[in-house]
Amino acid sequence: MAKVSLTTPVTEEQIRSLEAGDKVLLSGVVYTARDAAHKRLVEALDEGEELPFAVEGNAIYYVGPCPAKPGEVIGSAGPTTSYRMDPFAPRLIKEGLRIMIGKGERNDEVIDAMKAQGAVYLGAIGGAAALISKCIKEAEVIAYDDLGTEAVRRLLVEDLPVICVIDSQGNNLYRRD
Amino acid sequence: MRTIKAEEISRAVAKLCIDANYNLGEDIVNEYKLAYQRENSDVAKEILQQLSKNAEIAKEDQVPICQDTGMAVIFLELGQDLRVVEGDLYQAINQGVSAGYTEGYLRKSVVNDPLIQRKNTEDNTPAVIHTEIVPGDQLKITVAPKGFGSENMSQLKMLRPTDGVEGLKTFVLKVVKEAGPNPCPPIVVGIGIGGTVEKAALLAKKSLLRPLGVYNDDEKFKNLEQELLEEVNRLDIGPQGLGGLTTALAVNIETYPTHIAGLPVVVNINCHVARHKEVVL
Repeated sequence: MAKVSLTTPVTEEQIRSLEAGDKVLLSGVVYTARDAAHKRLVEALDEGEELPFAVEGNAIYYVGPCPAKPGEVIGSAGPTTSYRMDPFAPRLIKEGLRIMIGKGERNDEVIDAMKAQGAVYLGAIGGAAALISKCIKEAEVIAYDDLGTEAVRRLLVEDLPVICVIDSQGNNLYRRD
Repeated sequence: MRTIKAEEISRAVAKLCIDANYNLGEDIVNEYKLAYQRENSDVAKEILQQLSKNAEIAKEDQVPICQDTGMAVIFLELGQDLRVVEGDLYQAINQGVSAGYTEGYLRKSVVNDPLIQRKNTEDNTPAVIHTEIVPGDQLKITVAPKGFGSENMSQLKMLRPTDGVEGLKTFVLKVVKEAGPNPCPPIVVGIGIGGTVEKAALLAKKSLLRPLGVYNDDEKFKNLEQELLEEVNRLDIGPQGLGGLTTALAVNIETYPTHIAGLPVVVNINCHVARHKEVVL
């Protein structure tokens, strides 16, 4: 278990070097998307349309934040449960997505795609949303504004504390036996 | 007959929605600290410390503890000698939810139609309201914002009457195990036993309103709560599912008489942000 600082965008090599159990401080741009946005992203790919952001080498954070209070960048912003994105994640991983941030289990299809393409699943602490929001320095809605909290946001994060839960070899901290 | 203005109810509900989402109960905060002392694993300790810190920040900055500020589940105990005037009771409740979620910068997480349209109602209404008529002339309002990471992990089972205590335990442990890291452990396990399908579900939800350290009045069920808590905590799911001794903070059981042919059980799981605030008007 190592302590690693990582800045997006990332290379396959950087991702392949991460191991389950590593504590990662993540900085740079991450994009938010959850259920409804994932459905639209994959529908856009099916239609041959361009995605609202470049997936290649990037990170998606599964979060629907609270509204920002006046003068704040964003409201509380902890991870949502990831399995709901499982039907869509392999497709995005094939497009070059390298990092997913959430909480809770992933299915075998997602893990197989991670192994094949070189991607990791990072766990943020579910429910520690006030704490996590302190690491978010900029936030801007870039797509699907009509989805409200579920819109796609471009976040700039600084030292977001996460744990590598599933690495690109398929090692999984949730499956310890 | 005593009267109460609908507007007064709205204001109280708005305040409770905000209070519940910003200020975690002292019972939960204390339990994080006790669990921290019990844990052996560094990861578990660190997570519990982060949860304590998160609750402190939320309270100090007056921001939501969790971004999932829940669907507003509201329990009313309405005294039969109290009359609501100048408005409709449920409308007043929903106006309070709307005001609380808007003014408190809470997340609006409710969609109008669960299946097809799924359009956000933009003010977190409607609430889920449970009303009990009780003696007296007061109105007790409990607001329990319920996050769906944990709600999604809840299950119902119609056991056979002869399945007994062992059958119940097997089912509860199966539900907690299947939930694994998903409902944000350490969790609170609410169990409703008896009645009918909807009664068992309501009992399970209601059991989540109990402060930590308060057990079932009946010694038999109190013992069962404690046994189940020990067994759940032996599953080694731990804080955030990364292993440890603290999978649950409490197991709460509520029961009701049932039919000779049945043994309904609902397990309703709550996350570590086990929120609820109440007021008596």
